[in-house]
Amino acid sequence: MTTILQTEKLRVEYRSQEVRQGTKIALHGLNLEVRAGEVFGFLGPNGAGKTTTMNVLLGFTQPTSGTASLFGIDVRQPIARQRIGYLPELTYYYKFLTAEEILRFYAKIFGIASGEADKRIAELLKLVELEHAAKRPIKSYSKGMQQRVGLAQALINNPDLLILDEPTSGLDPLGRMKVREIIQRLKNEGKTVFFSSHELGEVETVCDRVGIVHQGELKAVGTVAEISRGHENLEKAFLKIVGFQTTTPL
Amino acid sequence: MNKIFALAGVVIKELYRRKDFYVLFVLTALLTLGAGTANFFHDDKIIRYVKDICLLLIWVSSIVIAIVTTARQIPAEREARTIFPLLAKPVSRGQVIAGKFLGCWLASGIALVVFYFFFAILNGTREHSWPVGIYLQALWMQWFLLAIVTAMVLLGSIYFAAPSSTNTICFIVVIGLLGLGGHLGKIALQQAPPVQNILMVLYFFIPHLEWYDLRDFVVYDQPMIAWPAIALATLYAAVWTAILLFLAWLGFRRKGLNT
Ligand SMILES: Nc1ncnc2c1ncn2[C@@H]1O[C@H](COP(=O)(O)OP(=O)(O)O)[C@@H](O)[C@H]1O
Ligand SMILES: [Mg+2]
Repeated sequence: MTTILQTEKLRVEYRSQEVRQGTKIALHGLNLEVRAGEVFGFLGPNGAGKTTTMNVLLGFTQPTSGTASLFGIDVRQPIARQRIGYLPELTYYYKFLTAEEILRFYAKIFGIASGEADKRIAELLKLVELEHAAKRPIKSYSKGMQQRVGLAQALINNPDLLILDEPTSGLDPLGRMKVREIIQRLKNEGKTVFFSSHELGEVETVCDRVGIVHQGELKAVGTVAEISRGHENLEKAFLKIVGFQTTTPL
Repeated sequence: MNKIFALAGVVIKELYRRKDFYVLFVLTALLTLGAGTANFFHDDKIIRYVKDICLLLIWVSSIVIAIVTTARQIPAEREARTIFPLLAKPVSRGQVIAGKFLGCWLASGIALVVFYFFFAILNGTREHSWPVGIYLQALWMQWFLLAIVTAMVLLGSIYFAAPSSTNTICFIVVIGLLGLGGHLGKIALQQAPPVQNILMVLYFFIPHLEWYDLRDFVVYDQPMIAWPAIALATLYAAVWTAILLFLAWLGFRRKGLNT
């Protein structure tokens, strides 16, 4: 199987504004490999370095050392992002544009021909159930609707790899369900999905492989079964890996 | 190139959907109109004075529009986090800078065309003269001045986090360059050698915005300027704009953006 997302000895240090605090090491030589066609769950507690990893992959943050590539292309080159879709953890879209206009704008950024873009936009608006609101400015949307615009924009170029940063956080159960359904659907279409989460249940149901990151290092990687081996379940394995000791039996 | 146009398109769309832009725009148009109707004194001096005021208004207003619009572009993208889904697409940061520049510059060009159109109509109906040539030259030159200003503000907006500081600093710099630029050479000649040399070097190295001010030509019904001179000035503005945009790109290229 080909590797389409890779990081090697990735190290990211954040220089703090206050001198006393010095630098904060967010990633300690992270090695990660995601293969074509799999759904990879990037699991870790808050502050583990999940968003930082994604920020490097997308070129928002420069690594202190180490390399990252998508489809074998160094992430510093914009063309590495031609075949990916990205959903940020929290985002707002241009409030003064309508959902349709935003999608059209992003389609232009991808260089999609206008006829094809029209077709794609109609499909996506249907997929995320925003047809009725497509001609209203985003500022009139609810939070859930904005998240769905986010999902639609991540799919505009029919990407081969999706990078989703906590796609279900802040959604109601129905919204989560919907996102999980879309991930499943993308997998069936042969796409690769790389998503972060701190919710184990979610990861267990949709992922082919899981990586557990803690304090900027990849502590374990494998299928859910592999990681859970020797433990009662994934949750116990996860807690063990991140060094959480239950003092009192529940 | 299409990516740059798409980015510029969003800038322009935002502008005409925001109300604050209209306030200045409509205000200037109205004031020009108001001043234009003040032709009850058939005195050349007063008419010239009114024209002068109108042009000054157009100048200040277009510079303010250019500065305020440009200064908020990149900070707003960062604050609203729209920069993230954007940069996650195959678009380089250089293209983002170029797109923002183009959008702001075109928008200020549109505003200028409308302002000059008003001005020309008013003068034409009053004086029955249509010196379209000199109007076009004045508009063209002012538009290229705005190119330098827009690029400068974009550069400022990358280094100063708050649009309000970018606004203030750029406004002071532009006014300073316009006011001082032409005199610096003269002042230099009156000074003793070390100061003189420094001032001469400075004179040489600052962008000469005052060259783009053709207001007096319009007010005093002067003949048109030779086109080669205009072409040279255009080239000079293009070079300055390119330098400033390059510096903006240098600052933005490796800037860490944290989600
Ligand atoms: N801009 C920043 N400046 C300093 N430290 C940061 C910055 N962004 C993130 N960090 C730190 O880096 C670590 C990893 O953060 P992050 O990647 O956001 O974690 P996660 O997404 O897994 O919750 C955290 O300890 C966080 O406090
Ligand atoms: Mg995060």
